[in-house]
Amino acid sequence: MIAVVDYRKGNLKSVERGLAACGAEVLVTDAPEGITAASAIVLPGVGAFADAMATLEETGQADAIREAVAAGVPFLGICLGMHLMFEGGEEHAEGSPVRGLELLPGTVGRLPRLDAAGQPHKIPHVGWNTVEAADEVLFADIPQGSYFYFTHSFAAPDSACTCGRTTHSVTFPSAVRRNHAFGVQFHPEKSSDAGAKLLQNFVDLVKG
Amino acid sequence: MLAKRVIPCLDVKDGRVVKGVNFVGLRDAGDPIELARRYDEERADEVIFLDITATSDKRATAVELASDASRSLHLPYTVGGGFRSVADIRAMIAAGADKVSINSAAVKDPSLITVAAHAFGTQAILVAIDAKRVPGSQDRWEVYTAGGRHATGIDAIEWAQEAAKRGAGEILLTSMDRDGSREGFDCALTRAVARAVDIPVIASGGVGCLEHFAQGILEGEADAVLAASVFHFGELSIREVKEDMARCGIPVRM
Repeated sequence: MIAVVDYRKGNLKSVERGLAACGAEVLVTDAPEGITAASAIVLPGVGAFADAMATLEETGQADAIREAVAAGVPFLGICLGMHLMFEGGEEHAEGSPVRGLELLPGTVGRLPRLDAAGQPHKIPHVGWNTVEAADEVLFADIPQGSYFYFTHSFAAPDSACTCGRTTHSVTFPSAVRRNHAFGVQFHPEKSSDAGAKLLQNFVDLVKG
Repeated sequence: MLAKRVIPCLDVKDGRVVKGVNFVGLRDAGDPIELARRYDEERADEVIFLDITATSDKRATAVELASDASRSLHLPYTVGGGFRSVADIRAMIAAGADKVSINSAAVKDPSLITVAAHAFGTQAILVAIDAKRVPGSQDRWEVYTAGGRHATGIDAIEWAQEAAKRGAGEILLTSMDRDGSREGFDCALTRAVARAVDIPVIASGGVGCLEHFAQGILEGEADAVLAASVFHFGELSIREVKEDMARCGIPVRM
């Protein structure tokens, strides 16, 4: 059973339906016990880092996720859910970065408007972009150059965990992985065939 | 590289597509979900449902549409029309809409943008602007509300900038002079707004032939191009449009 973590920041239906279409049993839950009992965890999300983290900490969901991931339970963070995997985030944070789930090193920051040549780019980065992918599990049988749907203004820091890159104003990590904890900046549940295949790959990993 | 988007827009009234639809192979040409699925299969980048009857007593139909769409579509979709409050927007996003488009209500009370962007994220808030050229002027456009019936006296470029500052994630910009004309986008208007804001601009109003889409991107400097009847009547397919854009050197998702 895959737990989709509900931290009351909106729409989880597409993610739930996307996973169910891959043959997964899905439980949308806001209870730490639901997360602890799951065979895999999906953390979706739109909205702001600080608000989301505050809810996750208050409800005990954050600790339940940290413990499960440390125990090797497969995890997939989507968009804001990927950002929350990092040590901290600057989104809506007053002063110092807000503490994240700390599954991965580094701080999530604002995507710059200007590229290296000083040319302006539109922020948020909205629409379909390609991923230069280097992970044989999550991107199995997905052709290089496939498009995925993005919508975000912040981006994850680069680290040894980066396993996919996308270029807008700058090249940023669009997929990350540490062991069985994965994160993607784009929305696979909104990304047509390529996105459906990625969710299928995650579900297959969970089912073993 | 980020692809430029092609977005079909469906005008919906009481749960049915209005404006003629003449699409080969649809069981029910008036069913917005069936039409949107067809566009999904043709690799449209997004779909916008514009609920043109969305007065307060009809909200339930639009919310139901958003919910049906979330079950059937594998692409992002926006619902627009008739939002008056954060509660209206919340109901639509809870039903599954990825984004909402707000127009008259935002002009009447700009703080709605701020509050909604804070509650649902800037990516969920699209501000729609209906603009008409000020008579005799080359570079000034006025904002209209209430489906184009009410002149506000507000400058379209200044309004776009304020919407962006308040947290709009995108601007859906319709030229009232060009809407329905089939003469192509108002590229001067589109370019003026696109250059004035840091957020993406969707050009709307006036498409009549294939070349107009690429013009909206290259001359209008838009990030996305929207059309309705040329798609609904089957005059042009999404694929033809994207192939033409690609020939013009525009990055598209085929």
